[in-house]
Amino acid sequence: MTQPERPTPKRTPLHDCHVKAGAKLVEFAGWEMPVRYRGEIEEHRTVRQAAGLFDVSHMGEIRVRGAGAAEFLQRLTPNDVTKLRPGRAHYSGLLTEQATYIDDLLIYQLAEGDYLLVVNAANTDEDLAWILSHPRQDCEVRDETSAYALLALQGPKAADILARHTAVDLAAMRYYRFVEGEVCGVAGLISRTGYTGEDGFELFLPPEKAPGVWNELLSSGAGDGLIPTGLAARDTLRLEAGMALYGHEIDSTTTPLEAGLNWVVKLKKGEFIGRDVLVAQQERGVECKLCGFEIRGRGIARQGNAVLHQGREVGRVTSGTWSPTFEKAIGTAYVPAELAVEATALEIAVRKRRLEAVVVKLPFYQRS
Amino acid sequence: MFPSDYLYTEEHEWIRIEDDLCVLGITDFAQNELGEVVYVEVPELGETYEAGDEIGTIESVKAVAEIYTPVGGEIVEVNSALEDSPNLVNDDPHGDGWIVKLRFSAKEDLSSLMDADRYQEYVKAQD
Repeated sequence: MTQPERPTPKRTPLHDCHVKAGAKLVEFAGWEMPVRYRGEIEEHRTVRQAAGLFDVSHMGEIRVRGAGAAEFLQRLTPNDVTKLRPGRAHYSGLLTEQATYIDDLLIYQLAEGDYLLVVNAANTDEDLAWILSHPRQDCEVRDETSAYALLALQGPKAADILARHTAVDLAAMRYYRFVEGEVCGVAGLISRTGYTGEDGFELFLPPEKAPGVWNELLSSGAGDGLIPTGLAARDTLRLEAGMALYGHEIDSTTTPLEAGLNWVVKLKKGEFIGRDVLVAQQERGVECKLCGFEIRGRGIARQGNAVLHQGREVGRVTSGTWSPTFEKAIGTAYVPAELAVEATALEIAVRKRRLEAVVVKLPFYQRS
Repeated sequence: MFPSDYLYTEEHEWIRIEDDLCVLGITDFAQNELGEVVYVEVPELGETYEAGDEIGTIESVKAVAEIYTPVGGEIVEVNSALEDSPNLVNDDPHGDGWIVKLRFSAKEDLSSLMDADRYQEYVKAQD
């Protein structure tokens, strides 16, 4: 009997570049992605000290367009879409009626009534289905993932490197702003956004032109220390920066208020899906809350490890790793709200041991 | 690719016999899967184990792997360099990245292990 075949993972437009660079490729969310090139610790530190170039073309892009688009998105998401303008983006979520997460995302306003949603690769199909399941008027929704390659140039040297390849005035670009412009002679979107906690830019490019831009940036930036950087470093960087990852800090059981993402929730803006639950949580206070912790001594906490307080299990680790910047194990976990305060002593059950942990403020790292 | 005078386990440990001592480490395949090693938890000197026991762990940034001994025996030496330089497991997994030496008790334990050629095939099939 023949075995059912696993679908071949999708490849980004930069696949050959990664192979050529000797990347270790792994399957992630149905895509074949570079997890590391030279080494994840070196890549992480290079992003903090110089710059790294990530291929994040696996992320999904959903276009929402029409006279009714703003109103539609306003009802569908907790952040205030009316505060956007062409050239501005904001961080938001797709929430259920229980105010729990379908996905987190960035919403870019391209023009009047024209929005681009950038969503997680793992959730693109579910996000599209969720969006399409809601009635809307004068509003067209389209999956445009295949229309974009997405590169992220991140680190203190990112602006210097990019400035050599674009006429756009980068110094005038604030965080979460974007422009249409040319990079290495290729027309696309340049946004001052990122997932590392460093200054940086994300470049939305036509797929067939992306390898040329990738190669040109790497060769030009080599003198500044620019190297290609993979998904392993991306994860340790975002965790140090206190940024949520779907499936860890946020998922179908957590609300933005529990996750500490209060600034994403604009209760005063009017009706949106999940608002009632969030109003109640705001009034009563949340029962459990996300906290950051660091481990005292050896050992690394990982997602799923039990968190104990005075011998009693009180929660689970949502993310855990060894931090290349601080050279210690760090992590996040949901605990009862009263324990989610700095200096609370916790224990993490790791295999047969109990690791000593202490709650610290998030983010672990902030750039100066 | 894998040293021809070593023997290999399905859990990607290697052993090398030096008279009545057995040197143990993890293979290049294993270290590549793990990523950059950050901590190596090694057993105490003098502890005895049976074939198949877990004797320690290797922690990388993103994963942890148990180390199993394919032979029964007593721990007579531990690679103390791994305390300050756990990266030796990545940089030289078959040489300076060795983990423990055991005085082993039963020669027949070795018969279930793979030689370099068989291990090479085994690793190819993992993909």
